[in-house]
Amino acid sequence: MSTGTTKLDVVVSDVVPANELVTRFHFRRRDGQLLPTFSGGAHVVVEMRDGERTRLNPYSLMGSPLDTREYTISVRRDDVGRGGSLFMHSNVRPGMEMVISYPVNLFSLDLRARKHLMLAGGIGITPFMAQTAQLAAQGGNFELHYTCRTASLGTYADVLRERYDRRVRLYHDDRDERIELDRLLSSQPLGTHLYVCGPSGMIGWVCDRAAALGWPTETVHFEHFAAPQPGAPFDVTLAVSGKMIRVDEQQSLLEAIEAAGVDPPYLCRGGVCGQCETNVVAHDGKFIHNDHWLSEEEHRSCKKIMPCVSRFEGRSLVLER
Amino acid sequence: MGITFRKETFRDDFTFKNSPEHIRRFPFPFHEDSYMYAVNIEPHVLGPKGSVLENLIDVDEHYVAEMQDRALVLAEDPLRCQSLPHMTLAGWDLLELLMEQQALGYPEHFTLTRNGDRWRWTNRPLGIDDTFTFGDVSTLPYGPMEYITRQSQGDFCILDQRDGNLWMDAGMVTTQADWSLDFDIGMNFFEWHAPVPLAHEKGIFVRALKFLTNIQQGKPARRLNWTMTINPRLDTSPENYHKWGPDRATVTPENVGDKVHLRVELQSFWRLPRSNGIVFPIRCYLIKMDELVTQPKWARRLHRVIRDLPEELANYKGLTRYRATLVEWLSKLDDGSPTSAGFGPD
Repeated sequence: MSTGTTKLDVVVSDVVPANELVTRFHFRRRDGQLLPTFSGGAHVVVEMRDGERTRLNPYSLMGSPLDTREYTISVRRDDVGRGGSLFMHSNVRPGMEMVISYPVNLFSLDLRARKHLMLAGGIGITPFMAQTAQLAAQGGNFELHYTCRTASLGTYADVLRERYDRRVRLYHDDRDERIELDRLLSSQPLGTHLYVCGPSGMIGWVCDRAAALGWPTETVHFEHFAAPQPGAPFDVTLAVSGKMIRVDEQQSLLEAIEAAGVDPPYLCRGGVCGQCETNVVAHDGKFIHNDHWLSEEEHRSCKKIMPCVSRFEGRSLVLER
Repeated sequence: MGITFRKETFRDDFTFKNSPEHIRRFPFPFHEDSYMYAVNIEPHVLGPKGSVLENLIDVDEHYVAEMQDRALVLAEDPLRCQSLPHMTLAGWDLLELLMEQQALGYPEHFTLTRNGDRWRWTNRPLGIDDTFTFGDVSTLPYGPMEYITRQSQGDFCILDQRDGNLWMDAGMVTTQADWSLDFDIGMNFFEWHAPVPLAHEKGIFVRALKFLTNIQQGKPARRLNWTMTINPRLDTSPENYHKWGPDRATVTPENVGDKVHLRVELQSFWRLPRSNGIVFPIRCYLIKMDELVTQPKWARRLHRVIRDLPEELANYKGLTRYRATLVEWLSKLDDGSPTSAGFGPD
């Protein structure tokens, strides 16, 4: 059907540095109306017009879902990434007009849970900002464990402690504080759901331990956006539209397809939602699959690729687009 | 000018009828002279003025009578309306959606005034004027889903989305084509569709689920489904099968035009913002054969569709008992001339 979600015309209402790496951006609707209601865990895709390039990056909404006068996101500066976070940090100023998507939630709370156990690592704290606000307003039962490198990089740790006091536990890497995961996972009441958002190593660790300790998979939820990785340029033939394109070093395959005027569907642009799944018609080379959507078997089959995060190395690639 | 609501019944003396304008706006579901399942889902966007798609939530001349019939069903069988404990938030989402859409489409009949969490809802056709606190169940006479669906045409299923599946965890179902909320409550998408023939083999439900779990806020979708009903009875539930099942044996060549009704469901799918659930309104439209055949194109096409319908589908839709009688009756209105493309009458 149609590409992506409905768009929202917004203006940047504030830009606030949270610490040396993270900056918070506030958006309001240009027409002065309220923004759409959303649920904790939702993200929006922010369109960045950077000269000739358009970048589309997903960021979790971190404000309270009860207040839709503005949306807020927090962006961690990534000096070796493809430039989206640098663009946000260097170019986005209050008063700037931008376009963002409607909210999409791929990390929603399971409202059946009798208790929500949340584990955050670093900038992975952002979806929990919204989820805790939502739960607190409904008298929900939650507990948040938040690991960060240092106290000064513990973005919003102070806010969370002030709001929720002992329901928030902090762990600092520089003080060798570490979540006692096995003890934590073994001592939860029946009906607890587990949520984890952070670096992929942390997500893997938590999911593995939860499985080993007998947590049913339906009770373990994780947000696993892979940012598209830069890589060597490669050429692609789009069989349906009859176009030849080049994917630059700093560009994702999906972005290159879009730049050629072809609009595949997308939602997350992070390899999890499955919308941009694309069939491979022919190939001579090696796939670099970075998504969490296709199965390992599908990765090995070389018949499908998720162009939002995955790349290719080799002589030729023909896609059904 | 507003809608003139009909006084009519969907039981006992069956006085339900469509006005000539409502016959022309009937959502005839066949775009060609044959029918087979397909994933016939499209964006739920506004359609032409004077059609059932003029507003995204349609209110028509049967509104008041349908709400009275719903109240009768609920009085006899409260289990037609159920909401599992985790679905209350989704109920508020639905209340907001239906109040907003009805007030937007029919300002002469419905008004919603919001002042922060304090909301005032005026429903003039049903004589309701309530002020309540959004999010506080103690300020409404029913739970939020039951409150608003006692005032909205069509059945409503609220589906919780989790584990890559959809779960039938709440609903108001009183105008259904032979399925039971009380039986399906808590089931997932594959479980509640298990009885449907042919479609599983075609992989239709796998694709449909993938589509539905990706429905986005602000981008509802819709599809049409159909069956046939003897007498204009809204409540053709399994619970009341003993009341309507035997009707199917009463069709004769003389009464086909009056008794046999095409029953079309306009099904739409909406992402709910706070709960991240999906609401699935199933809006039922009825038209008797005498009314339908006033449009010659529809008469010709319906004849061909029913005549050529695969046996399994005819059985599943419960047509077997009277199919031959109906086809014979319709055949007299089919001169074999071609029908134009598309759904609408010529």
